Amino acid sequence: MRRRSLIKTSVGLAAGITLANGLKACSSAESPSTDAASDSSSDGSSGAKPTDARLTMVQGGGFPNSLDLHRVGTNRPAYGISWVMYDRLMTFGQKELPDGTLSYDYTQLEPELAESWEMAEDGMSVTFKLRQDATFHDGAPVTAQDVKWSYDRAVSIGGFPTFQMKAGALENPDQFEVVDDHTFRVKFLRPDKLTMIDMAVPIPVIINSELVKPHLTDADPWGAEWLNVNDAGGGAYQLGEFKPNERITLTRFEDWKSGPLPQIQEVIVLNVPEAGNRRALLEKGDIDVNYDLTEKDQKEIAAMGEFTMASTPIENCLYSIDMHTNAQLKGAENPFADVKVRQAVAYAMPYDAIMQTALYDQAVPMYGEGTFDPDSTTWPQPTPYKTDMEQAKKLIAESAYPNGFETSLAFDLGNQEWAEPTVVLIQESLAELGIKVGIEKVPNANFRSVLVEKSRPMIVNNFGGWLNYPDYFFFYAYHGQDATFNGSSYQNPEMDKMIEAALASKPGEPEYAENVEGFIEMAWEEMPRVPLVQPKLSVAMQNNVSGYQYWFHRQLDFRQLEKA
Amino acid sequence: MARYSTGKIVGRRILGAIPSVIGVVIVTFLLTRSLPGDPAAFFAGPAATAEAIEEIRQNLGLDKSLPEQFLIYIGELFRGDLGVSLTTGQTVLYDLLTRLPASLELTLAALVFAIALALPLGILAATRPNSWIDHGVRLLATAGVSLPTFFTGLFLIYVLYYLWGIVPAPLGRLDILNSPPPQITGFYLIDSLLIGDLGLFWAAAAQLFLPAVTLGLFALAPLARVTRASMLGMLSSDFIRTARASGLPPRQVLFGYAFRNAMLPVVTTLGVVFSFLLGANILVEKVFAWPGIGSYAVEALVASDYAPIQGFILTMALLYVVLNLLIDLLYVVIDPRAGVES
Amino acid sequence: MTTTLKHTRYIISQNGITFGAFSLFFGFVLIAVLGNAIAPYDPLASNSAIALQPPTALHWFGTDQLGRDVLSRVIVATRLDLGIAVLAVAMSFVIGSILGTCAGYFGGWTDRIVSRCIDTLMAFPLFVLAMGLVAALGNSIENIIYATAIINLPLYTRVIRSEVLVRREAGFVEAARLTGNGDWRIMARHLFPNVLPVMMVHLSLNMGWAILNAAGLSFIGLGVQPPTAEWGIMVAEGATYIVSGEWWLALFPGAVLMLAVFCFNLLGDGLRDLIDPRMRT
Repeated sequence: MRRRSLIKTSVGLAAGITLANGLKACSSAESPSTDAASDSSSDGSSGAKPTDARLTMVQGGGFPNSLDLHRVGTNRPAYGISWVMYDRLMTFGQKELPDGTLSYDYTQLEPELAESWEMAEDGMSVTFKLRQDATFHDGAPVTAQDVKWSYDRAVSIGGFPTFQMKAGALENPDQFEVVDDHTFRVKFLRPDKLTMIDMAVPIPVIINSELVKPHLTDADPWGAEWLNVNDAGGGAYQLGEFKPNERITLTRFEDWKSGPLPQIQEVIVLNVPEAGNRRALLEKGDIDVNYDLTEKDQKEIAAMGEFTMASTPIENCLYSIDMHTNAQLKGAENPFADVKVRQAVAYAMPYDAIMQTALYDQAVPMYGEGTFDPDSTTWPQPTPYKTDMEQAKKLIAESAYPNGFETSLAFDLGNQEWAEPTVVLIQESLAELGIKVGIEKVPNANFRSVLVEKSRPMIVNNFGGWLNYPDYFFFYAYHGQDATFNGSSYQNPEMDKMIEAALASKPGEPEYAENVEGFIEMAWEEMPRVPLVQPKLSVAMQNNVSGYQYWFHRQLDFRQLEKA
Repeated sequence: MARYSTGKIVGRRILGAIPSVIGVVIVTFLLTRSLPGDPAAFFAGPAATAEAIEEIRQNLGLDKSLPEQFLIYIGELFRGDLGVSLTTGQTVLYDLLTRLPASLELTLAALVFAIALALPLGILAATRPNSWIDHGVRLLATAGVSLPTFFTGLFLIYVLYYLWGIVPAPLGRLDILNSPPPQITGFYLIDSLLIGDLGLFWAAAAQLFLPAVTLGLFALAPLARVTRASMLGMLSSDFIRTARASGLPPRQVLFGYAFRNAMLPVVTTLGVVFSFLLGANILVEKVFAWPGIGSYAVEALVASDYAPIQGFILTMALLYVVLNLLIDLLYVVIDPRAGVES
Repeated sequence: MTTTLKHTRYIISQNGITFGAFSLFFGFVLIAVLGNAIAPYDPLASNSAIALQPPTALHWFGTDQLGRDVLSRVIVATRLDLGIAVLAVAMSFVIGSILGTCAGYFGGWTDRIVSRCIDTLMAFPLFVLAMGLVAALGNSIENIIYATAIINLPLYTRVIRSEVLVRREAGFVEAARLTGNGDWRIMARHLFPNVLPVMMVHLSLNMGWAILNAAGLSFIGLGVQPPTAEWGIMVAEGATYIVSGEWWLALFPGAVLMLAVFCFNLLGDGLRDLIDPRMRT
């Protein structure tokens, strides 16, 4: 029973996080993922001793651009900094994945700043007992007033944090009550399976309110400007130095009480924009962790055998080619509205060549193995399509465009390493069907607009949800609500019905499986997007670094890492 | 040919530059606004709904009409407010103030390297015109200016750092172990000496070496060429011939007379080269993770982050004005006869 | 005319480097004209079986990530790169000449307005301006040409303006005016041809710079669209392979790119000698 309710909750978590933030391009450039390598983990039991180790890492895909993750425009890498500089009331447990690697466990909420918590009997509030001995980095004790101020800030500051809190039905400062200095109560607006979990995601950090208050102004009632560059946390690491776009150093907070003291004393995050330079630094031993690897580097660094690699398929994430399915596009007739054309394209994809030359075999193929009558709710699962030019030619001959047409294929410059060879191969292959593809390379910032506007006939998409549920993937990628990541702008009431039915049910129920298999089947028939592969995310570390664990926010947790 | 006092020259120059600067401000504003990306959509994050994007658009003031946005921008400009960079999360003013010294230090170091190489080469070529040395110098200098800087940079990194390991890692202005000196001038080389930390000085110098060489190669050609031409002119002039004829030692003739007098065009070229390098170092900064204003502008441009682009271009325009002024003044200092025409 | 020819021959015979540059230039032009015809392979045909092979007897410059022949791509890119440079330089030359001649000849308000505009343009960091223009207009070949042309404009306008200014009151202009030639005719038939030789030097030097400029844009991701072969983008993309040991991807296009720029620069020098012999002594 307990298990089930937890699963239910976690589905809810998927909903909430996905709603607010979980949808993201799952490119390796943006996010780390998974896998704890070898021996040790940093949960209390393994008991790594704090040392004066110093960890240096480089990271691509952006440098942490703020210390305040409530600010507009705060990027993902900044989450990793905030995650260790601030505490939350609760955190998630740890579990071992089937392959022996470590991951967070969303079914387990564990204490962080809160020692314990108790649900009210009517289930309409929860009361947290804060640690008596916890202090902020400046030595001030952490009080319930700080917690309330921080929660008030999160629900009031607007933008993403407020949106994320709302996903857990945390909307109003009146919900947060200071019972005494070390007791904090959250009153629920309505029962919501997400509320508890939403308090363990990165957003509701506990801020040292007394430290911030002198910096509040009428124009800036929540101290956004000050917190942007200053440390008001109580987390395991305190800020050493923050040079935007250059380096961040974090030093261990020796009085941290919310968990076992981290083994590493100092963390240095350096900005090295050139991927080649990042790799060179690792190979020369100048850095400890190279934190995002291109597929080519994954393959070659692994082949060297000199480094600890962590490389895992990213949950619920696909690289795909999306074809715009509306009958009209920019006022002109759109050939991809014809399902035969889409199927022909799916058969004409040079899958193996893409896998080998664009992705260096460092991804999970999502083609060729599946069936048109899926019998599993696993997601992602391979499509039944494989490269078959005869079939493709037959389909195109049957379509309304037997002689082909001209179109274009857009990709995000940020994914250039794998996307550019991919589109060139596709261009070459589709030419055999008479489809002349012009390639459009779109700079990073503009690609978001391309996604939002849905103005291109074909795009290279990479999309993944935080948690592993097909219904949520489909809700954002195939549902008629036409979300940003529905790159095909696919709208089909029947599809919507099945997705909604799956969302309303739970894994394990027959209805759930029936609907999930139903919409996957429909996706294979309709083929608005051609899945290519499930990408992997890789981290390369010197051999003396260990303790790596997958987090849903896809950032390194420095507290868990160890360096011999 | 009226002459003016230095103060008047400066005043006139600054007045004369105002229309250009206004032009730059307007063009830059229009240019950024015509960038195709939607900053609101970009900074709202991938999962943002249409309302969320709209809210951010309002926050950023991008829902207002262009003239309105322009007036607001001008108003802020007059208050010295250059806006906030969404990419770095800092005010543009802060970013520029911390990054400009990095760019200037790199550019100046490159210039020093170029001068150290170009002057002797130019003189050497001038003393032996049309010899193989002359041609060799010409080829060398031209080759330097023919290389794409990013290519030179990456190749030097590969050979000198990756293969041979004789230069430090391309990690910006300092290696991992050192932390920067307190900001006095912002030039690490100077600041480290001011606080008397020789180790830090050498660390900073080592980091500076490769990017400065990469950039400096680019400045070699114009400087060597001008030095050569100017020296040639001097060496064939009457007073040098007289000096030679009166039996002065060749060394003294060369350096004491010819070189000193040949410096004037070299200095003028120096100014031009400096402003050129300041713009050209964008690519070098990107390759070497050099935290200067060039790489800053590139990143902002890629993210359609308006404020930093505007701030950067304005800074460069002002820098250009100041630089030209300095060249003019220097001209007067070196050759008082020159004066400055109205 | 014969004296010019003689002079040319004299310069070339006197200066092996210039001669070399001239031959190199003709070599490039030949490659650009022949293009596909002399490329050993289809520059766009991928073949994943032979991806990333170092130079061999079959593929002199090796193959790239998609198994395309680097030599063929370098050869075919010649036309595009020279084309970009020629068109960009020609465009700024034509517009710059008109603006500069008018400003220099008419003086007064025309001069003031033109000069102001040019000053404004000069006050921009030029490479960033080119980046901004290409980013704003979209990265296509035409837009790269426009952007390169615009940032070269001040140079031509200024040089021509000053050259015209010097000659405006010269005897031959005065004579033309007295024989009843209109302003436009004087500018087109008498002033401009006189300025032309000086401009040739700048044209040549500028060509090299235009190629470098396009390469720089490619490096930032604002270059031509794939799979078009272009030197700059080949170097830029090949650069990411240097550390992993695939040096040939960046080295060969880089070397050819350098050779082309080198050639234009030397050619500019040579032309300078040809046109203004005094400058060399």
